Amino acid sequence: MTLAAGDDSGALTAPRPEGDRVVFASRDDYHATVSDLRASGFEMCADLCAVDYLSHPGRWVPDDIAPERFEVVVNLLSLSMKRRIRVRVQVPESDPSVATLFDLYPGTEAMEREAYDMHGIVFTDHPDLTRILMPEDWEGHPLRKDYGVGRVPVQFKEAPGPR
Amino acid sequence: MSDDRFVSRVPARPWSPAETSEGRQELIPRSAGSATLEHSVGSVLRLPEGALDSGQIDIERDDETMIINMGPQHPSTHGVLRLMLELEGETVLRTKPVVGYLHTGMEKTAEELTYVQGSTNVTRMDYLSPLHNELVFSLATEALLGVELPARAVWIRMLMCELNRVSSHLMWMATNGMDLGSTSMMIYGFRERELVLEFFEKTTGVRMNHNYIRPGGVAADLPDGWEDDVEIICNTVFERTYEYDELLTGQPIFRERTEAVGNITAETAVALSATGPILRSTGVPWDLRRAMPYLAYDQVEFDVIVGTYGDNFDRYSIRLNEIRESIRIIRQILEKMPLGDYRVQDRKVTPPPRRRIDESMEALIHHFKIFTEGFRVPEGEVYVAVESPRGELGCYLVSDGTAKPYRMHIRGPSFVNLQTLPVLLRGGMIADAVAVISSVDPVMGEVDR
Repeated sequence: MTLAAGDDSGALTAPRPEGDRVVFASRDDYHATVSDLRASGFEMCADLCAVDYLSHPGRWVPDDIAPERFEVVVNLLSLSMKRRIRVRVQVPESDPSVATLFDLYPGTEAMEREAYDMHGIVFTDHPDLTRILMPEDWEGHPLRKDYGVGRVPVQFKEAPGPR
Repeated sequence: MSDDRFVSRVPARPWSPAETSEGRQELIPRSAGSATLEHSVGSVLRLPEGALDSGQIDIERDDETMIINMGPQHPSTHGVLRLMLELEGETVLRTKPVVGYLHTGMEKTAEELTYVQGSTNVTRMDYLSPLHNELVFSLATEALLGVELPARAVWIRMLMCELNRVSSHLMWMATNGMDLGSTSMMIYGFRERELVLEFFEKTTGVRMNHNYIRPGGVAADLPDGWEDDVEIICNTVFERTYEYDELLTGQPIFRERTEAVGNITAETAVALSATGPILRSTGVPWDLRRAMPYLAYDQVEFDVIVGTYGDNFDRYSIRLNEIRESIRIIRQILEKMPLGDYRVQDRKVTPPPRRRIDESMEALIHHFKIFTEGFRVPEGEVYVAVESPRGELGCYLVSDGTAKPYRMHIRGPSFVNLQTLPVLLRGGMIADAVAVISSVDPVMGEVDR
């Protein structure tokens, strides 16, 4: 587990809202890290989403973390301390799976289903890992960067557009 | 409240549960509501979404229960929400909300739009509180850009967001009234909402999907005479909330249909990440405007309304009183509205003023560049959350240094709050299901995005 405070790392250029801390967890200790954070007062999992870094591999991560294609981002919220913390875990393309947080935060159920639906991240031991937004028989995971956005043929528009 | 001439109109419990020839006409106490089982224990029906043919259903159940489908085309499910309900007689056992019928891939679209265009996209998510969507996207972009807004822009944003909260809650009052059979409430709610929408039209040019709050400030200054318009809205809506009290709050039928219906405990609500009126109805005083102030909410006075029992009636009272609190905030904004710029004078983000375009070629090019290529946002990632009328509305934004977001994720409060529905419905009557759905206040545009 690597802590990255927003201010003292030069690569994180953005000024952060106060208390917006980031924890980089490896895939193996992801569940344990979140479990520890929950025990230390982060009662609510505000948000969980995935990011596909296929076309932006050079983002900043701490030295001891190997960047992978996918990242699962968990935003935890402490109602008692009025603080947020963000857990980022690297998920490799070859085996896009991480442990589910359902046993810690039942509220992550729909969010993990969405991440599975949109990015194809498999959350092991999730009680009902099915597509949530796309139809059940849909092929592919739309928010992956190598998933085409499609194109509607338009008359008199030969020039290739940005899409 | 400043105006206490209204307060005494509504007695706490205006009828007595006296003995009648059919026994005591009292329902179960509110504290002993229906939700008894935790989410993980089994209020969620785990079935394939296509399976309604009873031959294919492969779950343990006895012959006493039946599974029915409700929606997605149903007048009372607030859009295209579909529910699969397991019933035992008229009692709901397990529920599965099925969403996605309004999915249009807006997060994918956001990756194709520049930051300038982005707010036109997000405003269409939660179409009942479009300004909050624009606000959270703009705040996230500004956090990455590192720009500081002029005071007037901040206060205009706050004014518009509070008016939007009023209009959203009024819309909820209207649809909730309709779900409970009060068509008068529906007409009244829409009538009052119209006042607010007219002001929005005057200020932003459109009634919904405003694209008014943009990265760098707001699109235009408030129109001349806005103080009078806002004053009229405040006075009218504030007085009429007390008419709603007479129409609904003290009405025995309304109370019997909402008290002790759809209960949830604080622990369950927190575990299920529920925010907004659902969380506050359980007695947790969590409001991001108070807990983690953004804009200038630390400079205005307001109360965070909480409930006790976590039932439909508490959620109704919270929304009704939040209208009053929003009006209280708006009245303070009216007094404190500072003068100055309504958008940041940072030429990287803001196009040059219109008059400069006529006299300067560079200004014209600059204007053209901002609206075609957009502005570049430094690399980084940020999560920003605001309190929308439905709860915590978050935006996780990743920038790779170009003019388009690398990833934009919206944490829609309705999407997360829908997970409480199986808990709220469990053990209740099927006839109350519509009322319970309504009390969650899901906006399907935001659920499906």
